[in-house]
Amino acid sequence: MNVPVVQPWVVLSFCSAIFFIGLAGVLIRRNILIIIMCIELMLNAVNLTLVTYSEMLNDLNGEMAVFFVIVVAAVESAIGLSLVIAVFRTLRTVDTDSIQSLRG
Amino acid sequence: MTISPVFFYIFAGMATAFALITILKKSPAAAAFSLVMVFFSFAGIYAVLGAHLVSALQVIVYAGAIMVLFVFVIMLLNADSPSLDAARSPMWLRVLGLGTGAVLLCFFVWAFKNSAPLAATGNYSAQQVAQMGGNTRVLSRLLFSEWVYPFELTSALILAGIVGAVAIAKRKVPGDGGVS
Repeated sequence: MNVPVVQPWVVLSFCSAIFFIGLAGVLIRRNILIIIMCIELMLNAVNLTLVTYSEMLNDLNGEMAVFFVIVVAAVESAIGLSLVIAVFRTLRTVDTDSIQSLRG
Repeated sequence: MTISPVFFYIFAGMATAFALITILKKSPAAAAFSLVMVFFSFAGIYAVLGAHLVSALQVIVYAGAIMVLFVFVIMLLNADSPSLDAARSPMWLRVLGLGTGAVLLCFFVWAFKNSAPLAATGNYSAQQVAQMGGNTRVLSRLLFSEWVYPFELTSALILAGIVGAVAIAKRKVPGDGGVS
C-alpha cells in the first residue's frame, strides 16, 4: 500500500518558515503589541519543531518540553503585556519609535 | 512517522497565510485575530502529528488565555490606531532584512532536506503509546514522575509572574489620567 506521507523535513521547513515570518515581524513592526505577538509566533514554531522531532525519535520528552515552553510563554506574555500597559500609562504610546527616553 | 498530507497541507497553508497577515496588517486587532487562526492551525498540525495533549493545550492556553489577554490589552489601551510600520524603515534596510530572512530560510530548508535521517532511539512509538493508553495518559505519567520537579518549579514561576504582572500594571504613575 503506497500512501503518500509528508516527510519530516517538510514539517521542519514549515516550522522555520513560520519562525522567520515571526522574526521579520519583530524587525519590521513598530507596535509593541504586534512585536509580542510575533514573539509568540516564533515560540509556536519552535514548539512545532520539538513535537516533530519527538515524533521522529519516538521520544516523548520533546512534548514534555513543549508543555513547559507553553507555560513560560503564558507567563512571558502576561508580564510583557503588563509592561506594555505601564509604558502606555507613562508615555501614552505603544510605538517603539516614540519611546526614546534612553536616547542621549 | 506517518503524516496525512491533506490535513497537514491545509493547516500549514492556513498557518503561513495568517502568519503573513499577522505581520503585514496595520491594525493590531486584525493581527490578533489572524494570530488566533495561526494558533488553531498549529493545533490542527499537532493533532495530525499525534500530539493530542499539546493540541488541546494549544487551543486552551494559546488561543484561549493568551489571545484573550492580547485582545483585552488592545481594547484597554484603545491602541487600534493603524501605523505604517514597514514603510518607515529605509528601502535598503527592508531589502536587507527580507533578503537575509529568505537566505536563512533556504539554508534551513536545505539543511533539513539533506541531513541524514535520525534513528528513532526512544521507546514511545505511536503503537507503543496507543498500547499504553494514549498520548495524554503517557504524557501525564511522565509529567508526574520524571518531570515532577520542573512541574513544581513551574508553579513558582507562575506565581512570580502573577505577582510581577500585577505589581507592574497597578503601579501609580505620575501624570496618569486616573486609569486605576
